[in-house]
Amino acid sequence: MTVRDAKNILGARVLAGEDLLDQEVRSACGSDMMSDVLAFSKDHSILLTGLCNPQVIRTAEMLDIVCLIFVRGKKPDDTLLEMARERGLVVLATGHRMFSACGMLYEAGLNGGAV
Amino acid sequence: MEDAIVLSYAISGEDFTRAGEASSDVKKKLKQMGVSPEAVRKVAIAMYEGEINMVIHANGGEITVTITPEEICMVLDDVGPGIPDVDLAMQAGYSTAPDEIRSLGFGAGMGLPNMKKYTDSMEIDTRIGEGTKITMVVKI
Repeated sequence: MTVRDAKNILGARVLAGEDLLDQEVRSACGSDMMSDVLAFSKDHSILLTGLCNPQVIRTAEMLDIVCLIFVRGKKPDDTLLEMARERGLVVLATGHRMFSACGMLYEAGLNGGAV
Repeated sequence: MEDAIVLSYAISGEDFTRAGEASSDVKKKLKQMGVSPEAVRKVAIAMYEGEINMVIHANGGEITVTITPEEICMVLDDVGPGIPDVDLAMQAGYSTAPDEIRSLGFGAGMGLPNMKKYTDSMEIDTRIGEGTKITMVVKI
C-alpha cells in the first residue's frame, strides 16, 4: 500500500508532504502512548495518533516513520507541521476515530507487523 | 582512542517540548557518518527514551555519545532523585511518571525496557538523592 492509498481509504486531508505520497508503507501502529510506539513500531510504518505535540514528530523521526495520521479531527499547529516538513514526513488528518481508522486500513491489507 | 568522535549535550529539564533535540542531532550525525540504518535506529530510540526520562524524572542532565568504528556508547548522567528499585523500574508497564506526562504520550512504563531492548548492553548506576548514570552501548 502507498501513503496515497491510505489517504484515499480514510478520505484524509494532506497537511504536509504532498509530494511524498507515493512511498510504500508495510505496517501501521495506532497509539497515543509514544513509548508503546517506540517499543513496537516497524520500518516503513504509518503512525495513527490523537496526540498532538512535538514528541509525536520526534517519535516518528526516531523510527523513520513514513506517515503520521492524526485521527478524531485533531489539528496539529504550524510549528508541528513545519517540524514534519523539515523531516520529510507526510502528515494526514482524518475525522475518523482511532478504532475506525485502524480498522479501515487493516481491512485494506495493512497489518500491525509480527508480535 | 584515536578514531573516537565525542558528542556532548546539556539536557534542559525545563521544557518538555524540546526533549529529544539531542537524540535528533545524534541521529542526523550518525546518518551523515554512514553508520548502518539498523544501528542508527537503535541508538536513536534508546537515547530518545533516555533523554525523555531525564526531562521527566531528573530535571535534565548531560549526555555524552562516543562513536568509534566498532560501537556507539551513550552515557546519560543526571543529578535527579535516583531509582529506588531498578528491577521494578525495568518491568514493562511500571511507571512513576505523573498524569500530566501521560497526557503528553509518555509514562507508559516502557522507557527503560525499550532502552535495554534496543542496545547491546546497558548499565544503571543509581544513588538515591544523588543521581543516575546510565551507560548504553550499540555495536556497529
